[in-house]
Amino acid sequence: MIRIFHGTHYDFIKAWRIMAITTVVFIVIGIGSLLVRGLHYSIDFTGGTLVQLRFTTAPDVGRLRSALDRGGVHDAEIQAFGSDKEYTVRAQGAGSTAQTGSADAVALQVEGVLDREFGHDSYRVVRSEAVSARVGGELRRNALIAILISFGVTLLYLAIRFEWRFGVAADLATLHDILTTLAFIKLMNIEISLTVVAAILTVIGYSMNDTIIIFDRVRENLRRRRREPLYDTLNRSVNETLPRSVMTHLTALAATLALLIFAGEVIRPFAWVMAFGIVTGTFSSIYVAAPVLLWIERRWPREAAQGGGASARAESRRAVRTEPEGRAAKVPAGGAAPLA
Amino acid sequence: MSNLKLRVGIILGLIAASIWALAPRTVVELKRGPNGEPVYNIDSLPVLDTTRRVPLREGLDLQGGIHLELEPDESKGAIANRSDAIDRALTVVRTRIDAFGVTEPVVQKVGTDRIIVELPGVDDPARARSIVEQSAFLQFQIVDKTQALDKVIPRIDQILKTKGIGSVAASPGVAPANGVAGLFSAPTDTGAKAAGTQKGAEKGAEKGAPKGAAGAKAAGGKPDSSAPADTGALAALTGGAFSKIVQQGQMPGEYYVAKSDMGTVGRYLAIPDVVAALPPGKVIRWSSDSVSLAGRTYKAFYVLDARPIATGENLIDAKPMSDPTEGTLVTFQLNREGGRRFQIETGRHIKDYMAIVLDTLAMGRPPVIEGAIGTRGQITMGGRDLQAAQDLALVLRAGALPVPLKVVDMRAIGASLGQDSVRAGIRAGIIAVTLVIVIMLGYYRFSGLLAVGGLLLYVLYTLAVLAGFDAVLTLPGLAGFVLSIGIAVDANVLIFERIREEMDHGKTIRTAIDEGFRHAMSAIIDSNVTTALTAAVLYQYGTGPIRGFAVTLIAGILASMVTSIFVVRTFFSLWLARTRGTQALSI
Repeated sequence: MIRIFHGTHYDFIKAWRIMAITTVVFIVIGIGSLLVRGLHYSIDFTGGTLVQLRFTTAPDVGRLRSALDRGGVHDAEIQAFGSDKEYTVRAQGAGSTAQTGSADAVALQVEGVLDREFGHDSYRVVRSEAVSARVGGELRRNALIAILISFGVTLLYLAIRFEWRFGVAADLATLHDILTTLAFIKLMNIEISLTVVAAILTVIGYSMNDTIIIFDRVRENLRRRRREPLYDTLNRSVNETLPRSVMTHLTALAATLALLIFAGEVIRPFAWVMAFGIVTGTFSSIYVAAPVLLWIERRWPREAAQGGGASARAESRRAVRTEPEGRAAKVPAGGAAPLA
Repeated sequence: MSNLKLRVGIILGLIAASIWALAPRTVVELKRGPNGEPVYNIDSLPVLDTTRRVPLREGLDLQGGIHLELEPDESKGAIANRSDAIDRALTVVRTRIDAFGVTEPVVQKVGTDRIIVELPGVDDPARARSIVEQSAFLQFQIVDKTQALDKVIPRIDQILKTKGIGSVAASPGVAPANGVAGLFSAPTDTGAKAAGTQKGAEKGAEKGAPKGAAGAKAAGGKPDSSAPADTGALAALTGGAFSKIVQQGQMPGEYYVAKSDMGTVGRYLAIPDVVAALPPGKVIRWSSDSVSLAGRTYKAFYVLDARPIATGENLIDAKPMSDPTEGTLVTFQLNREGGRRFQIETGRHIKDYMAIVLDTLAMGRPPVIEGAIGTRGQITMGGRDLQAAQDLALVLRAGALPVPLKVVDMRAIGASLGQDSVRAGIRAGIIAVTLVIVIMLGYYRFSGLLAVGGLLLYVLYTLAVLAGFDAVLTLPGLAGFVLSIGIAVDANVLIFERIREEMDHGKTIRTAIDEGFRHAMSAIIDSNVTTALTAAVLYQYGTGPIRGFAVTLIAGILASMVTSIFVVRTFFSLWLARTRGTQALSI
């Protein structure tokens, strides 16, 4: 039997302060830059036109740019896509399309320019997308609603399955994941498309999943070792689930890397976000969810929660109830001193 | 033990069901060229092809195709009733797309004022756009009763023969020439007549349905039965390429063609010499309906007077109605000018048939004119249901008030790009599976082998669920599937780690396995439910490719729960039954 990280007794929670500083700095840099300069949205959300061209021989990009400019497609964003024979031309063009009526007018214009400049047979349009500004706005709103609702729904589920303090801790961990992922997207300059939104939602699910696995063990250990301070229980739980965490993140990362390297250009942004999500989801389960749980425990000791919480169902009370009043109050004074 | 047999039986049953769901079957799809681009025939309609393949439906982003979203264009004037406008536009767009002949097109209304059109496999956005954006044109045209086409059929056969398209070219498998027309027995016919007395109609004071309806008997009655009989003789007489595949219908000017021969007929009729030989002042229009008979589908075409007796511009309104004596019918109203002309023309053509032609398609079977019709007329539906009347009324209204449409969203994915994506996705999937297998086997050894068995079944089950529910596989869906392969083993990892812990506590192997599965259960269920909730939200708020992603995710979660909790558990039980707990567990 090969065993990794078996029977470890690392004091994970101890390092929470430095970890918190690290992640806050990362978020501040990323989100700060996001607030100042905004995100890079795909035409799904902004409206506009995107034409993907596959040339038979690598074209001169400068010539392509000037031809488009002369042909009336101004400020087009030209990017190589995977190879030097494939380019995407993105024209914001929302203003001009509104006047000409149809959204795909710019796409036709681009084709006209290319036919004149390079000849009809020298290239092929392999993809063309034209989205009006209004549809873009709708999609943006729907994406935001989707993220908020999935957030709310998982909160509700956790509240039903676990005690409220677990739910709050898990949701704060997830909020942390959304913020770090957005920061990552900004710092990597990844374009926000529908696929990337799907990736963000998948990260939410994955991270929540990871937090639940650890909390499930915390719940069990609380029941089993009633006299142990919560600080130690959390550390014990993280250590006990460590082999599982390592194995699962390893296989998930293997699949994500396969996507990143082999699945092609269209999927790459999805894979990047997912790869980062695995890292940040793992991090937040240990360094956000657990310390927050400790902090809540210190502010609202268990007995108080029970007194005020007629909503806490009998079952969960039995499951989570651990220390008598006196002990619970002592927890922060003992193990969790750094949190004070 | 019998419990174990039952479990194995269920697993084998699931495997059998999955294989059945995924078994290659015959599908009709667009014929593809070497780069995956569709092949067009001489009428520039896509060519269909019958192939056998695994029934997994690919989204537009994988097989290539065009996605369009349309809205009423109000730049040239506001549209009063947007909801009705979109219904009218939908009728027109649907008719045209059906005529275009793509397999599995999607034409649907979303919200109150938008139409989504999806044309899988098609790669010409400009053309797709012109098809949907053209505004509708409705005409009433009298069906030719002079047998003008019959007279020139020998001539057409002659022309085709000189072009080297002899009788050899006739497609095989055509039903025997004679008798086909006779097979279309007792069609439910429709009739058109003035609504109410002419005077009453002029005053506009008449209630919708006139009583008595003198001469209404003809509706649903037998059409002119003199024509069909001599078709066989005609074909036998000439034996030409054209007459061989065209059968005369029941009314004069009506002809049937087997659907598979439609392209051939269209091609013949496009040859310049044939065009020159066609009767002057007449046009040929295909019908929107098709008739199924003895396993074959037939399409009708009609020879019509080229000059319309009225157009959509003359039409004011049309409504479906249900009348106790006459069944379902459609009433329509013409404007004063149109009514005047309509009265003269219909008066001249009593007992003739009048085709309602939208763009270039005759909508349904032409009704017989039962009397002169002024500004108000009605079409009895000859026993067809209210839905048919609603559809016809919609067609008339669509012609009366054409709705200009504009494209608000257009996505065209080339078939070659889609194929690249599929190839890359499959490659990534194979590599992901291989990596996961290596990790699991390397770390968990024999137990890992059981998990790998479960993983392979997971892949099989997921694909089967997708095929079974006819879900659409998209590129993000493919990525989600690859990702889920990495995540699917999580449940196994949880269980195995738990078994190891139980063994550390000195439990016997049998107990350790039992306890391992039991304790890991709550974590597995909780974590899968949260992921499923996220997927459900994605499905609700996503569009196209993202929906495909959500569906794949949900299918994956289901399959993963079944394999990790049920299948792998059964594998362990089988192993325990074989070794009787004497052997150490390699985990």
